[in-house]
Amino acid sequence: MNSTRAQALLGADRTAATDGPRPRGATSIVQVIPARYPYRWIGGSIALLLCVWGLYTVATSPNITWSVVAAYILNGTILEGMRLTIVLTIVSLTVGVILGTVLATMRLSNNPVLQVISSAYITTFRGTPLLIQIIFWFNIALVVPVIRIGWPQAGFGFETQTNVIMTAMTAAILALGLNEAAYMAEIVRGGIISVPKGQDEAASSLGLTKRQAMWRVVLPQAVRAIVPPTGNQLIIVLKNTSLVSVIAARELLTATQQIYSTNFYTIELLIVAAGWYMVMTAVATILQGYLESRLEYSLRSRTHPFHKRFVRSLLSIGRKNYMEVRG
Amino acid sequence: MILEDAPLILDAFDVHKSYGEHEVLKGITSEVMKGEVVCLLGPSGSGKSTFLRCVNQLEKPDVGSIQINGELIGYERRGDKLFELSDDRLAAQRCMTGMVFQNFNLFGHLNAIENIMLAPRLVLKQDKDETRHEAERLLDQVGLKGRERAYPSQLSGGQQQRVAIARALAMKPQLMLFDEPTSALDPQLVGEVLSVIRGLAETGMSMMIVTHEISFARSVADKVMFMADGVVIEVGPPSQVLDNPQAERTIEFLSEL
Ligand SMILES: Nc1ncnc2c1ncn2[C@@H]1O[C@H](COP(=O)(O)OP(=O)(O)O)[C@@H](O)[C@H]1O
Ligand SMILES: [Mg+2]
Repeated sequence: MNSTRAQALLGADRTAATDGPRPRGATSIVQVIPARYPYRWIGGSIALLLCVWGLYTVATSPNITWSVVAAYILNGTILEGMRLTIVLTIVSLTVGVILGTVLATMRLSNNPVLQVISSAYITTFRGTPLLIQIIFWFNIALVVPVIRIGWPQAGFGFETQTNVIMTAMTAAILALGLNEAAYMAEIVRGGIISVPKGQDEAASSLGLTKRQAMWRVVLPQAVRAIVPPTGNQLIIVLKNTSLVSVIAARELLTATQQIYSTNFYTIELLIVAAGWYMVMTAVATILQGYLESRLEYSLRSRTHPFHKRFVRSLLSIGRKNYMEVRG
Repeated sequence: MILEDAPLILDAFDVHKSYGEHEVLKGITSEVMKGEVVCLLGPSGSGKSTFLRCVNQLEKPDVGSIQINGELIGYERRGDKLFELSDDRLAAQRCMTGMVFQNFNLFGHLNAIENIMLAPRLVLKQDKDETRHEAERLLDQVGLKGRERAYPSQLSGGQQQRVAIARALAMKPQLMLFDEPTSALDPQLVGEVLSVIRGLAETGMSMMIVTHEISFARSVADKVMFMADGVVIEVGPPSQVLDNPQAERTIEFLSEL
């Protein structure tokens, strides 16, 4: 409240501040002094000093050649690696969403065999490190040396060496996609469970089969609960793609390692890669926010933008400076 | 209004249903003739919903037979054997009954007209224009002309329930089942839904209605069935069951209302 308005209020005759007993029900307007928070300033200052010191050390380190960072930001190999990272993320997440939905419906079906298979899948793929799964798929030829579909000897179907198909990129997509499916299955299942049972019953009572009720009535409504966590998964998968550098899948981190293994500017190139990952996650976050707002998620608990909240909580401003009280 | 020799639309015989140890229906026998309106009364927990849900196979009775319009529900009879129907066949049979729920259960992601059109399009494979035309007529019938594009969240409870009635009617059911259609409504919205149901009765629709609205039951029902603890206590015209009840349970129940 600005002071002119306060003055106007204070000037109003029904609120003239006087001492002594006042008639019941009369009100007066008094100034509110906000509480001060000295510890916020002290704590903030210490933390800020530490940050500045850390950043200064890095920025002025004679061992980091910033011109190399600048030189490689738009390097062809790096950009190609980034392109692959994006492709890998999109394909893996798509595989994850589709397979995850199938796994979720299996888990919720009345068929006990499908239920058990789905649970076992989810347990296995969530219970083992992604890094191991990546290396495993890359080396699947050790288990299944030949892939055979149909009956090639009889003239139909085809046969090939596993190693021919299982390139680093295929292994990366398989590993990331199959792993992601296990997480998406739980997300989709949660979404399905969040749809009230009456929706399914109403669909059944109208003659829809179980499958029709699931795909036409329940899943479309489960989407509201599925989209926000899927946005998080997008960011997680994006960063997880860096793990496939162990099988040299040529995505961003592999490209980065390839360069620094020859020029030895390790930290500089890692800074380049980290910078690009941050840009990509930022874009993913914006995308996620857009999707959520499209789905009318008005769960905004914070109404003020960050910079306003920052200043307000330090300075204790933005509250009413005057308040009308009884007596 | 009901002909003496009108065909039986619902013929339920000795229906039993248990959940675990708890026997909820202990042999319900009930008939609805073509064009007849039967109101089902009884204290909460007496098994009224369970019985309706058995009639349209949302629940499977343990014992007993249910025939709708002469067709055995849930089984196929071949000689002296009954073969359980597959889920898809059951789904097809459910079209014979229309169900209206206490909580409306409109599909939240579809607007009013889409709610009505979904099942005729998917299940009956009806032509789109024909279905739309029919859905508009039904919305008009329940007094919601012009609200085609409203989503359930934009409608009052009474309006939602009327869309739900139109949605059930779109499947051209032989028998309409209402499970406490006004219990979730604010008192001032009860009337609009009851008058739609009353209008439906006048068109000759066969109906079984679970309700606690005694005066509505008295005026609309051809037959009142009073249930308690999973058994039918008393059946008869409203003038008999509501105004001159014989069984102690019925007298007690009616006096508490
Ligand atoms: N799915 C279920 N599982 C276990 N018990 C149930 C289930 N549905 C209903 N019941 C029980 O069956 C009894 C009858 O329920 P219901 O048919 O809903 O009664 P009403 O509709 O007359 O109030 C109640 O005791 C209820 O707790
Ligand atoms: Mg009930």
